[in-house]
Amino acid sequence: MTSLAKARDWFAGLGRGTLLCREIVVSLATVKPVWRDVVYQMYFIGVKSQSVVVITGMFTGMVLCAQSYFQFHRVKMDSATLAVVSVAMCSELGPVLTGLMVAGRVGAAVAAEIGTMRVTEQIDALRTLAAHPVDYLVVPRFLAMFLTMPLLTVESISLGIGAAYLVASFLLGINQADAWHQMISHTDVIDPLTGIIKTFIFGGIIAVVACDKGLSCPQGAEGVGHATTEAVVYSSIAILISNFFLTMLLNTLLR
Amino acid sequence: MMIDVRNVQKSFGALRVLDRVDFSVEKGQAVAIIGVSGGGKSILLKHIIGLIAPDAGEIHIDGQKITGMDERRLLQVRRKFGMLFQASALFDSLNVEDNVGFLLRREGRTPAAEIARRVGEVLELVGLEGTQKKMPAELSGGMRKRVGLARAVIYRPEIVLYDEPTTGLDPIAADSIDQLISRVVDTFQVTSIAVTHDMRSARRISRRILMLHQGRIYADQTPDEIFKSTDPIIYRFVNGIAEPIGKNTFV
Repeated sequence: MTSLAKARDWFAGLGRGTLLCREIVVSLATVKPVWRDVVYQMYFIGVKSQSVVVITGMFTGMVLCAQSYFQFHRVKMDSATLAVVSVAMCSELGPVLTGLMVAGRVGAAVAAEIGTMRVTEQIDALRTLAAHPVDYLVVPRFLAMFLTMPLLTVESISLGIGAAYLVASFLLGINQADAWHQMISHTDVIDPLTGIIKTFIFGGIIAVVACDKGLSCPQGAEGVGHATTEAVVYSSIAILISNFFLTMLLNTLLR
Repeated sequence: MMIDVRNVQKSFGALRVLDRVDFSVEKGQAVAIIGVSGGGKSILLKHIIGLIAPDAGEIHIDGQKITGMDERRLLQVRRKFGMLFQASALFDSLNVEDNVGFLLRREGRTPAAEIARRVGEVLELVGLEGTQKKMPAELSGGMRKRVGLARAVIYRPEIVLYDEPTTGLDPIAADSIDQLISRVVDTFQVTSIAVTHDMRSARRISRRILMLHQGRIYADQTPDEIFKSTDPIIYRFVNGIAEPIGKNTFV
């Protein structure tokens, strides 16, 4: 594929994603969501992501704690270790790493499921049965992702800080009361708030990209594989890029 | 006219699949569209129900122009249609009962008990009583087609479209599907269009046959006329005779 064709495909995808967002807004404004489907999707997203979210949160907190300690120890600032972990986990690492993990785990599953439905004509069947694919497939996944991502991120942040506290206290020998006090005094309410606001956006990005890739999936088994890979890659890139702009915007607005 | 297809054109890249296709179908008529595989029959069927938009031309359903119509308004028009897909297109995650009663459940106007009764009734019509709790993966190809047929007719549509209803089935299963389609036409007095390359099936389920050849309607005749035709293209298709292969053709 030439660079021009790739660029054209990329812009076409961006256009499709925008139209899908518009259709989601129209659906939310005019059609009552089936909450049973939303709850099922929340269960699917939440439960299926538990292992990756728990492991990612805990080990990120632990390694961040250890690495910060090794640096701070040189300048006798051991007690600042947990403060760094807390701020980084709340505002950046918690939401971004949870977003990337959910994009890999759930985004791929959603793109594969909807893509398979497309190549087996089930999406066409939905349309002939007077059901709009956005109402039936996209909106429940979008709402579920929108509501579940913040919960998963809070879980990841809490586990990360908890695991870091254990590492700091029992492995690195940092004074517990001092480290805890420093952490509380240096973590502003804006840090977790920034992180949680980001997760709503990340959830929306994963749902829209994964559903769009599924709905526009090329024919055949290869097409489904292609759509799945693209869903993960594009949503991960979109999370990383939007994170920078969100950090700049939210810090300007909130601080 | 129930269905009016006016000068419809459709291309995919450089390939022109439909080239000024023009025909209409009256209410209650049973029509078969025949033609070679890959000749655009299924594409034409999907144009009629608004799943694909034409590049040029218009399609009118019951006097209403559906070309260029917004998808949400099209959903209302599609309520008039039932469609049986080539590979049945049953929803994998739903059992037979939920597949067949899908539209009635989604609309939310019919009580659950009434839906269950109607699902039982229509499954009996297609000879699959008692299979309500089975999943699509547990069914054979012929059974899946029957469930697809039940799903397409449960809400009493005015038009039923069949995309290759007998393809991939053994002759006995294909025959039973033909009988069911005839039964549906007689029972519900629906307008029906079946796309097929199975000539025996076309003869059994229709009173009028359209032949699609090189993107155009090449013939529009009764089944008897088609079977007696001496036109070389129709004759070869009906009798399954390939174009003569030249001496220098490498096979």
